[in-house]
Amino acid sequence: MGTPLTPEQITERLSKQFGDELSVHLPPGESAAQVAIVSRESLENTLSFLQSEAGLEFDFLVDVTAVDYLHFDDPSIQERFAAVYQLYSTIHNHRFTLKTPVPEDDAWVPSAVELWGSALWAERETHDMYGIRFKGNPDMRRLLMPEDFPGFPLRKDYPLRGRGERDAFPQYLDSGPISGGAAEEGGGG
Amino acid sequence: MSEKRKAPGMPAEGAEQNPPETLGLELLRKGLAADPEYRGEHPEPRFFITDEAEDDFGGKTMTLNLGPQHPATHGTLRVVLKVRGEKIVAADTEIGFLHTGFEKLSEHMSYQQWVTVTDRMNYMSAMNNNVGYAIACEELLGVEVPRRAQVIRVILSEFSRLADHIVCNGLAGMDVGAFSLMFWAFERREKVYDLMEAVTGTRLTTSYTRIGGVFRDVPADFDSMVKNLVTEFRRFLEEMRSMTIGNRIFEDRMRGVGIISSADAVNWGVTGPILRASGIAYDVRKAAPYSGYERYDFEVPTQEGGDSYSRFVQRLEECEQSLDIISQAIEDLPEGPVLSEDKKISLPEKDEVHQNIESLIHHFKQIMFGHGILPERGREVYSSTESPNGELGFYMVSDGEMNSYKTRVRPPSIFHFAVLPKLIEGLMISDAVAVLATLNVIAGELDR
Repeated sequence: MGTPLTPEQITERLSKQFGDELSVHLPPGESAAQVAIVSRESLENTLSFLQSEAGLEFDFLVDVTAVDYLHFDDPSIQERFAAVYQLYSTIHNHRFTLKTPVPEDDAWVPSAVELWGSALWAERETHDMYGIRFKGNPDMRRLLMPEDFPGFPLRKDYPLRGRGERDAFPQYLDSGPISGGAAEEGGGG
Repeated sequence: MSEKRKAPGMPAEGAEQNPPETLGLELLRKGLAADPEYRGEHPEPRFFITDEAEDDFGGKTMTLNLGPQHPATHGTLRVVLKVRGEKIVAADTEIGFLHTGFEKLSEHMSYQQWVTVTDRMNYMSAMNNNVGYAIACEELLGVEVPRRAQVIRVILSEFSRLADHIVCNGLAGMDVGAFSLMFWAFERREKVYDLMEAVTGTRLTTSYTRIGGVFRDVPADFDSMVKNLVTEFRRFLEEMRSMTIGNRIFEDRMRGVGIISSADAVNWGVTGPILRASGIAYDVRKAAPYSGYERYDFEVPTQEGGDSYSRFVQRLEECEQSLDIISQAIEDLPEGPVLSEDKKISLPEKDEVHQNIESLIHHFKQIMFGHGILPERGREVYSSTESPNGELGFYMVSDGEMNSYKTRVRPPSIFHFAVLPKLIEGLMISDAVAVLATLNVIAGELDR
């Protein structure tokens, strides 16, 4: 195994390459690891740079997920969603987290399937739960929810139970859809 | 439609009117294409299906369901096979039958409460989930865990790993015809559950860890129980070896099926014994030691083959390493508390709550308002541990409230199951069972 780099060293390498396109976020608290934030336009370049650049060589995409910042009161967060990539290098034994802001009204990000096969189902699940589409992913079917399910359950405006949750399954209700639920206003999301 | 019922592999009359495409997965998945919104720029759900495969036999294909209810799926999974005769030409999977919304629940339960939910993910080794989640929360909060609690966690999660591995191997044996292997494995697992019961009070859903330690100390005879079980397990592993390794029927069934190359394994996000059976020595316990794993002398065995047989052998060898870790850990089990001394983190003793006003306040504040278990706003961590199936990760975001803003579980099984269609294409149906068995896909953590 090579020498593991710290997240600070990795963000330094990244900002040398991408300059303004990259911003670095340091979550509060001791021993917090730096997180790089890139725009979705430069996401593909950044990911392929991370994968192929000598010394970084992130050959392992650990996970893809998203965060819905709807109720997260932070003026520095502009967009509602963020796609989160966890990377690992089996060669150098270092880890890195990358984020991309995703706007609500045009929720898509470029897919990483070309670079890592593991993105296939991770992105599929993220789409299933948050309604973020991954352009270029050949399989954007529902993964965990039923095929005809209209809502996106991990969005913050999707209720845990009760009205709105039941409305997402109108086909299973005897009385038909209940009016006034979250499902009616904007597809359960 | 009557020609559909002809024997598989036989060319049917009127095949032109019913091209093979309409008989396969496309028909089965017709409901999917109803909403073009989900399809994006890829209107055909034809993943993993190649046109070349259609022509190999000149006959018709048949669509066959393996699961959701099938003895070989060991859970509720559905594999849709497109077969010609006995040969699989294409496969597709469907999951979500056990989807319970654990991640949504985490946004509505306190950090401490969600420990019980982690049991239900990989129910074969609940302890490893408990430990993984507790470590993620401790990282989020910056809590120190007493040394004794760390060692207890290591011992119990290694036993949990043993139980998981031998049951997986036992079931793999059952799936290829060695039925008694399964009974032997389950008998030994019951012994592990006896230990779990003595320590945690429950056999299957342990819910043993708390943020800052474990919820109670081990019983007085823990030492002798552990040592007896280790001796028994060493003998049992020898039995399992002698029953399978070198057994002609067993090896014929397991060798050379479901091969994952090391490059593919890394690219497809495969972790744990499956990755190591493909020759990559990545183990979170070594790569980023947690809970004091750096203190123990153990190896990360690897195999070369990457096939079902390698995975079987890999699990056996990992069992040996687990026993080594347990033997070292039990020798150096320190005295001391098993839960953080910080009364804002850990609940005070019940007697104290009844007699002492400070303890009562701590108890009340912790249950009602989170008290010390309120991570800093904006804090986020990704923490991973080595579960029996592979890397179990928790990505958590905090907004400073008493329940997490987001908890993402990175289950190893979901990445393993995603590979399955690739592995079984071109194999016989009975080989698919042998492959599925050694992938050890647990529906609970697959769907969460």
